[in-house]
Amino acid sequence: MSNKVLVTATINDEEMSFVCEPRQSLLEVLRDVLNLTGVKEGCNNGNCGACAVILNGVLVNSCLVLGVEINGATVTTVEGITPREGLHPLQQKFLEDAALQCGICTPGFIVAAKALLDKNPNPTEHEVRYWLAGNLCRCTGYDKIVRAVLDAAEVMRAEKQPA
Amino acid sequence: MQAFSYIPARTISEAAEILAREGDQARCLSGGTDLIVFLREGRRSAKVVVDVKGIPELNQLSYSPREGLTIGAAVPCHRICDNPQIAAAYPGLIDAVSLIGGTAIQGRATLGGNVCTASPAGDSIPVLIAYEATCVVASRNVTRAIPLEKFFLGPGRTVLQPGELLVALKLPPPRPGSGAAYLRFIPRNEMDIAVTSAGAVVVLDESRTHFAGARVALGAVAPTPLFVPEAGAALAGRPVSDEAIEAAAQAARAAARPITDMRGSAEQRKHLSYVLTRRALLKAIERARAA
Repeated sequence: MSNKVLVTATINDEEMSFVCEPRQSLLEVLRDVLNLTGVKEGCNNGNCGACAVILNGVLVNSCLVLGVEINGATVTTVEGITPREGLHPLQQKFLEDAALQCGICTPGFIVAAKALLDKNPNPTEHEVRYWLAGNLCRCTGYDKIVRAVLDAAEVMRAEKQPA
Repeated sequence: MQAFSYIPARTISEAAEILAREGDQARCLSGGTDLIVFLREGRRSAKVVVDVKGIPELNQLSYSPREGLTIGAAVPCHRICDNPQIAAAYPGLIDAVSLIGGTAIQGRATLGGNVCTASPAGDSIPVLIAYEATCVVASRNVTRAIPLEKFFLGPGRTVLQPGELLVALKLPPPRPGSGAAYLRFIPRNEMDIAVTSAGAVVVLDESRTHFAGARVALGAVAPTPLFVPEAGAALAGRPVSDEAIEAAAQAARAAARPITDMRGSAEQRKHLSYVLTRRALLKAIERARAA
């Protein structure tokens, strides 16, 4: 029963059309159809956050969305957060603060942190930890990740200030 | 994942017609945070997945002090938490909704789905029962209203008939002098399933010294979320006192009929029913007096 469906969506600021089966998750579509392999598969059941993307401005786990559900929607992955040149402040601070080891959780953390800072540019440590509770990291112990997000938030606030 | 066809329904009657035709081989999709996992793991099967998010009635989220609160079955949690009017009027609901899963789950998951999944541990359910929530259920020709505490038959089983779908949850306006709270015990700080939980709504009289009424419901201590009318009866008309709260908490412990599983023992859950009921009542009273 291969009933492929044509889907059109804005992905990382680019309008894209693709065909997928209803049973394919957004995660599968992003990785296997659109080659956006920054999105990672961790648990594939909504617990780990490695597949986090921003869908119509809202943080979601792409393993819990069907590809067919995003028709007409806007999706941002870690590839869409990365500037054309250099790194996003979150990426820069993750490097500087050594907020990653194996790296598989990192894109999910970057995307989740981006969604947080879009909503709340000046979060407390508690708010960062609570927001990121759905992202699992088995290497770092989280402290460096939280530090990196707070540091990136500071950089981003400074960038917004008129000189 | 098993193959299925996907139909984005635009109206209640369109969705109801598919559900009537396909019976248990059709599944409603709203947030998908349960259904997609169930389909992937083979815990549910489906030939047809009916996406109900595009139906206007299921997306309605409205509150007025006279009409109360209507939560469309496909409204994601984040819309509820982000609404300051709702947060002020129904703080106990926000307690529950803001701890369902993590941020990314709340971006997608719906209370309609939480109710229809019918887990005994569903986090939104005890406090919704305490708030006297009613389920608005529609089929092709008929709409009926069911008190939430009568919606559940067992784990994963509800009173929904083939061809019926949940349209919305309706909560009456908060009564003057009322307060509410939801508490959950988990061994972590967040992102976990309740070992036991308690939702409470109290209504204090004009002097704020006596209970005019109260409703308590428990999670994860029975095959369904459990309404405990005995706890409310232990409070109604009594002075706000340690003795009355103690009696209500004991009634909750007596009503709980939990099992032992990987999350906790029956004995622990009995104890938690008592402790969480007492603390939820104290928090609800504090909020009622602050309002």
